[in-house]
Amino acid sequence: MSHAQEKNAVKRHPGLMVLIGVVFAAVAAMLAAPVKPVILWTDALIYLLITTLVLFFTYVRSKEHLRAPWRQVMQRPLAMVALIVLSVYVLVGVLDSIHFRKALPAPKTSVQNTLTETHYSVEVLSVLDVLFGPIREQVEKSYSAPLAVQLFTKDMVEQADGSTLRMYPRLEYGGRHLDDPASQHQTDIMQRIAHAAVQAIVLWLLILVLWVATLSWKYKTGFGLLLRQILAGKTLLPWRSVFITLGVFVFLAMLIVELGVAYHLLGTDKVGNDVLYLSIKSIRTGLVIGTLTTLIMLPFAVLLGIMAGHFRGWIDDAIQYIYTTLNSIPGVLLIAAAILSVDLYISNNQEFFETVVERADVRLLFLCIILGITSWTGLCRLLRGETLKLRELDYIQAATAFGASNTKIISRHILPNVMHIVLIAVVLDFSGLVLAEAVLSYVGVGVDPSMASWGNMINSARLEMAREPVVWWSLLAAFWFMFLLVLAANIFADAVRDAFDPRVGRGIA
Amino acid sequence: MLAYILRRTLYAIPILIGVNLLTFWLFFVVNSPEDMARMQLGQKRVTPEAIEKWKKERGYDKPLLFNAEAQGMGSVVDTIFFEKSVRLFVFDFGSADDGRDIAYDIRQRMVPSLALAIPVFLVGLLLNITIALIIAFFRATYIDYMGVIISVMLMSISALFYIIGGQFLVSKILHLVPISGYEGGWSAIKFLILPVIVGVVGGIGSGTRWFRTIFLEEINKDYVRTARAKGLAERVVLFKHVLKNAMIPILTGVVVTIPLLFMGSLITESFFGIPGLGSYTIDAIRAQDFAIVRAMVFLGSVLYIIGLLLTDLSYTLVDPRVRLS
Repeated sequence: MSHAQEKNAVKRHPGLMVLIGVVFAAVAAMLAAPVKPVILWTDALIYLLITTLVLFFTYVRSKEHLRAPWRQVMQRPLAMVALIVLSVYVLVGVLDSIHFRKALPAPKTSVQNTLTETHYSVEVLSVLDVLFGPIREQVEKSYSAPLAVQLFTKDMVEQADGSTLRMYPRLEYGGRHLDDPASQHQTDIMQRIAHAAVQAIVLWLLILVLWVATLSWKYKTGFGLLLRQILAGKTLLPWRSVFITLGVFVFLAMLIVELGVAYHLLGTDKVGNDVLYLSIKSIRTGLVIGTLTTLIMLPFAVLLGIMAGHFRGWIDDAIQYIYTTLNSIPGVLLIAAAILSVDLYISNNQEFFETVVERADVRLLFLCIILGITSWTGLCRLLRGETLKLRELDYIQAATAFGASNTKIISRHILPNVMHIVLIAVVLDFSGLVLAEAVLSYVGVGVDPSMASWGNMINSARLEMAREPVVWWSLLAAFWFMFLLVLAANIFADAVRDAFDPRVGRGIA
Repeated sequence: MLAYILRRTLYAIPILIGVNLLTFWLFFVVNSPEDMARMQLGQKRVTPEAIEKWKKERGYDKPLLFNAEAQGMGSVVDTIFFEKSVRLFVFDFGSADDGRDIAYDIRQRMVPSLALAIPVFLVGLLLNITIALIIAFFRATYIDYMGVIISVMLMSISALFYIIGGQFLVSKILHLVPISGYEGGWSAIKFLILPVIVGVVGGIGSGTRWFRTIFLEEINKDYVRTARAKGLAERVVLFKHVLKNAMIPILTGVVVTIPLLFMGSLITESFFGIPGLGSYTIDAIRAQDFAIVRAMVFLGSVLYIIGLLLTDLSYTLVDPRVRLS
């Protein structure tokens, strides 16, 4: 490759360059700050997944025939909105996947210690934790309703004169800036919402103007004309929907900044943790299960499925035997059996894990692997069937007649022609896996109880519905966070299937 | 026909052996009975004697695969593998950690499980097919569009929320039926109504969408166009022609689940306190009772294989072209 070509390649792959830049920046930041980077197993796999995705889409961009169906997906307003929702979740998930341990202040008493290594806190933090700093640390005593200034339950409070009185105690953090909550509480909330709205509108307009300016520069259209077309919803890509969705998210973000720090926006749970923070922390768990499971099972499903269909004979029999056997075990039971074994292993080998987070992470990874083992069979069977059909087609018969090797036929002729099935299966599986996590956590074979997840939130909150008065906010928060992700994933998966599968008719979106 | 059934049954044996080996590996090789005893008895401070006693009580003190001390057949028979895994083939499940006979418990708990699962299955099937047919009748209209959007929304809600929401609304706010519990005989009905409704409603989203896809695929075929060209009403085309021809893909997906109804529904039973096989399994998983989990895994596999066989047989009922050979 000549120098000029190399330069061209760099130009054509902006995503790759951004990724490399981000990695360098992250490494530099880690080296400069007094922290010890912690790369959990799932973190490493997430980085691998992101790299794969960037490479994949860089490749897709360069091939017109691969771009066409994606453009079709993008042109649907509902699919585009779903994509933005998914992107926001992914952004949170990625921020929550950069872990480190803070350095402990060096002990002053011993002189020798100044030269020896620094010690690090056992608490593993992520970038998201740092961003949510105050919200994470403001832990109350127990339940408190959303935006409340006092605890949800009555307690003995010592008065100034020494006597005790049974009343609702003030919260330690929620609304502590108020001198007289009774009169100021509502006005303060209204004021903060108004503030958030004004800030959001300003920020949103800024994004809008910059974005439209970039677009008008790119397509060489007048700014005013483009803006009018976008507002009328007449552009090819549904920019209007994009901006409306972005606006909603900007407002929500501002709301968190304004209200989330001063109050508990979604209340607190039994041990006083902020429910909003827990729900947001759960995003990573849901995404990891939805994506890494697929990442782990994909190579097996694709390779075995194609091999069974292509070679037939005893290889086909053996592969069919394997997946019928695995399929015949009820999924939940196989997962339960395997997780019980993993649990046993972990509890007997505590010394392998330095921190609680690392232990929980290993369990999460195993959960993904086991879910992968139980879920690869469907895709494998689909691919086997499709390969059986493909191998009889003329172009593959011709390739065989020309003496092309099996590896070549599989990689050059069969694999590209079953990729749409793989893609559809991956996006369709995602939402099912996120839902499965909740059920498994309820059964007790899901993620580690110490890890934030919607399943754990529901599990610990389900008895709260029986309380009088009802503690509803934990459940409702878990419900909305999960529902939004799964709904967006389902809508997006629908659009992807419609664009890539020639058989099915138009669905929604 | 009989020869076919016999051959398929023989084909099931290697699969069951595979399942058995896999569970044996998971429960006895990955973790030794030693580890199991330690976890059951509590962590570190366990005496070796206590572990030995625990293992002896449950028959885990034998060698895994080969007993060198025993004579003749005993060297193979007097092992954990034979006692715990091979015995499953004759449905000898042994006893649970608390000493109860697993086979007896399974027989007892099958009734409540079926009392819940069969109504959910039948009502759900009828309702989903009806809704899907209506949506297919109004395809490519506003009704179709709304129908699909609503079913996508319904299937985006976790099953847990259907249960929690149903219990909250019907039992706690409206006080119509008890929140949870169970009684034998006819009084079971008042305990089963809500779980059945919740089960049916929870399945509408994905069920309707699945049937709609099947019907729409069928509607685009040539014979449907011919039927319309003959001048048949759309209603007749849909109910007489499309529904009948859609039976094959429907049977493929549905029949295999029928035997698995015996296994009960894990979370519904557990939430509503119905003493069926689903809650039995969940309790076993939570108590880490490996004997029960092993028995249920085996039972599940047997039922799945029966389901596959039934699927093949059901084809002959709806499609005269299919001959079993």
